[in-house]
Amino acid sequence: MAGTALRGRLTWQVATVAALTRETASVCTIGLEPPDWPGHRAGQHLDVRLTAEDGYRAERSYSIASAPGEQLAITVERLDDGEVSPYLTEELQVGDELELRGPIGGYFVWDPGDGSPLTLLAGGSGIVPLRSILRYRVRTGSDVPARLLYSARTLPDVIYRDELGHHHDGVEVSYTLTRSQPPGWTGHTGRIDAGLLAGAAWPAAANPVAYVCGPTSFVETAAAGLVDLGYPPERVKTERFGATGGP
Amino acid sequence: MSPISRGFRGRGRIPAGEAGRLPPGQYLTGGFPVLSAGPTPHTPLADWTFSITRSGATEGSWTWPEFQALPAENVTVDIHCVTRWSKFDTGWRGVSVDTLLDRVEHDGRYMMAFCDGGYTTNLPLDDVTGGKAWVAFDYDGQALAAEHGGPARLLVPHLYFWKSAKWVRGLDLRDRDEPGFWETYGYHMYGDPWREQRYAGD
Repeated sequence: MAGTALRGRLTWQVATVAALTRETASVCTIGLEPPDWPGHRAGQHLDVRLTAEDGYRAERSYSIASAPGEQLAITVERLDDGEVSPYLTEELQVGDELELRGPIGGYFVWDPGDGSPLTLLAGGSGIVPLRSILRYRVRTGSDVPARLLYSARTLPDVIYRDELGHHHDGVEVSYTLTRSQPPGWTGHTGRIDAGLLAGAAWPAAANPVAYVCGPTSFVETAAAGLVDLGYPPERVKTERFGATGGP
Repeated sequence: MSPISRGFRGRGRIPAGEAGRLPPGQYLTGGFPVLSAGPTPHTPLADWTFSITRSGATEGSWTWPEFQALPAENVTVDIHCVTRWSKFDTGWRGVSVDTLLDRVEHDGRYMMAFCDGGYTTNLPLDDVTGGKAWVAFDYDGQALAAEHGGPARLLVPHLYFWKSAKWVRGLDLRDRDEPGFWETYGYHMYGDPWREQRYAGD
């Protein structure tokens, strides 16, 4: 089994916020410079800890948005009823200190040595760990063919839109917009279903591996749909919100 | 010494009387988030069995109707997920692991829970006996939904909730403590929320 090595203790460290990039109205990418980052694998996450003046603390996990070897970055969606995400997306400034530890998670990861075609299914900010995988694929010169289906509410809600538009050479990106579509929209509409999946995912006969990340309802539908298409369950790796992106 | 997060006040504080119920690093939620590594399995009840095994050899096994005929208990407990949500006063109905173990010959100090979908998790036997663990099939008065582990999941509320294995199909008794699924990927072997044992080395 891959990733069986147990790590030593994950210690908290104080990173410096090196960059802030507004991705959408509610989503921000935070570039981080930790003093001692051990490196990560594409698809992993990290823990962030905030401390109020009176010592009150709050911790959350966030998917890592950057590829291994790049400047560490997380992408955070503001949740209106959230405690940590409004701070990270609205209060945090370049130069601030941010406490973190990681990387965490050894299952929802992709290694370039795996030559299987990639089926990537993203719901909303579930694109974040898949973006790390796609960037790592480019960075390592992998020629593994990849298909990404990204479900978002509206076009302005699509994270990394420009970047995803620049992927070619074996990467096919398709979108479905569930709430509203701009005039002239030629992509898919509505929530994912069997028909959409059948067209957007590699056929099971190609021996693909799937990474599915998004809200629970999206992941349940998408993962079950892939199994119905003949994907062995162990070839469908899932990550659900609440797992790493809780409020 | 943690740096002060300038401008962070914290909205997750809970009333002082309740604070002792929330383990360190957790926040209270009213929802019931889902965490699974793969697709949700759907095993027909006609094919479902629950087994107690010893190093792989079956010591006892129950079909769904046999399992339903065992004495069951209602339990109300607080649950704590390693991803930091906690939920208070969750109501379950299930069969105590004591009830199951009382009906088979058994020894071994540890056990591995095994599940549909290939998920496993390891627990010391002392942590699932003495009224501390159940195989639960109802949640909040309803049949347990598949995405939450139905038809039946382990319920071990004093440990992080990944130890409460979904879609559980049996317990394998062992002499040695060996890592299960998440434990293999760097999560803690024991997982006590009050000692914040999230990851290996915590």
